[in-house]
Amino acid sequence: MTRLLTVLDPGPLTTVQDRGRPGWAHLGVPRSGALDLPAASLANRLVGNPDDAAVLETTLGGVSLHASTAMTVAVTGADAPVTVDGRSRALAEPVALHAGQALTVGRTRSGLRSYVAVAGGIAVPTELGSRSTDVLSGIGPAALSVGQELPVGEPVGRPHGVDVSVVPRPRPSVTLRFRPGPRADWFTAPALETLTRSAYATSPDSNRVGLRLTGPELERSRPEELPSEGLVLGAIQVPASGQPLVFLNDHPTTGGYPVLGVVVAHDLPVCAQLRPGDQVRFRRVDPD
Amino acid sequence: MRCIPVGEDAVLVEVDDTAQASALYAEARRRGTEAVDIVPAARTVLFRGVPDVAALTGELLGWSLPEGDVASGPLVEVPTRYDGPDLAAVARLWDMTEREAIGTHTATDMLVAFCGFAPGFAYCTGLPAERAVPRLDTPRTRVPAGSVGLAGAFTGVYPTASPGGWQLLGRTGLTLWDASRDQPATLAPGTRVRFVEVHG
Repeated sequence: MTRLLTVLDPGPLTTVQDRGRPGWAHLGVPRSGALDLPAASLANRLVGNPDDAAVLETTLGGVSLHASTAMTVAVTGADAPVTVDGRSRALAEPVALHAGQALTVGRTRSGLRSYVAVAGGIAVPTELGSRSTDVLSGIGPAALSVGQELPVGEPVGRPHGVDVSVVPRPRPSVTLRFRPGPRADWFTAPALETLTRSAYATSPDSNRVGLRLTGPELERSRPEELPSEGLVLGAIQVPASGQPLVFLNDHPTTGGYPVLGVVVAHDLPVCAQLRPGDQVRFRRVDPD
Repeated sequence: MRCIPVGEDAVLVEVDDTAQASALYAEARRRGTEAVDIVPAARTVLFRGVPDVAALTGELLGWSLPEGDVASGPLVEVPTRYDGPDLAAVARLWDMTEREAIGTHTATDMLVAFCGFAPGFAYCTGLPAERAVPRLDTPRTRVPAGSVGLAGAFTGVYPTASPGGWQLLGRTGLTLWDASRDQPATLAPGTRVRFVEVHG
């Protein structure tokens, strides 16, 4: 019997995500992939999937899905209510759905993005080796819509019991470590200090492309145009407004504004869970 | 050549001009340099997902890049109907007739220096600096797929419809992007390009 999850309510934005499609940046293709990768990996582990199986990534408002057959799911990431046909279920545990049951992930209580894994993985077709939706370039499947039927693969592993890993609770105030450069010399001497001594607020304009921040302006010392250059995940770019943004997985492959620093990879998943208004501080770290 | 570390696993290599960036990118591909992504741009090449940044930096500084013409990639002819809305404006900027402007564009050997802006959007070099044109003051909200345009001395071809501020010379029917192909971009960095005038 065909294994399907039918979308009853996609919430504000729910996309299919896996580990993305790195390796195509020279053609202008963003890397994409789950923003909170540890949460996506945990969800996959809980249902017995390999790490690269595709999951669903919700944004603030959750998602509601109908299972065509019995299947095992797990919800991780943001702190959000999980129900099956209205009855409460635990976060970060395998949840058995019977045929015809509805899984609902509610609005997040803290954090922004929930991850829903299903045993067998979301089996939409791949594009350039990945099932991830890239909101910048439009590569990959469209965001979920009401009534859409998502194919689900055959399970390959056995669902785990409760995972030993502790689920970190998203926090409304975080400190992101960063390494200065490559264009720190395009800013005035106090700009780095401003960045490390100030609190920035998460802007509601933030999305999978970037975490946009508002706070004290970072002043440039060189006003001229920077020829476009390659960008990396976690780059802290400062556009004309002087307000920094941290590039996330759907970032453009090149950009023409100077990058003041790069957030360390370990601190990027927390960026995925910041809600509008949440506070961000930056701490400079230098290579050993 | 200047190597600037970027984050934990990347290095941005700055060179003097776009020709050098193209040469460095070609050399890195020829050598099979280990990196998840190698991203050429106007005056830089980014190596990202590098196993040992210090080792790569040391190696890069020992490379000697070929001078002059580095174009050795495949040649793609782009059949182009020169009926774009900005052809007359570009001809005026170049102080020529439209026919002469078309002749100048089709007579130029071009090279895809880098992609950006959108998947498969190629920045082709070849026109001399004195042929540089400004971008439109107000970008168009929709530029059709296949549009051939100029910005600065770069020629670009829009692989898909999108907003854009390039001055449009014409359009090609060539498929520029197909994700189902092994090589999805028709105009990948290192590709040599000739624009060929077609009618109708």
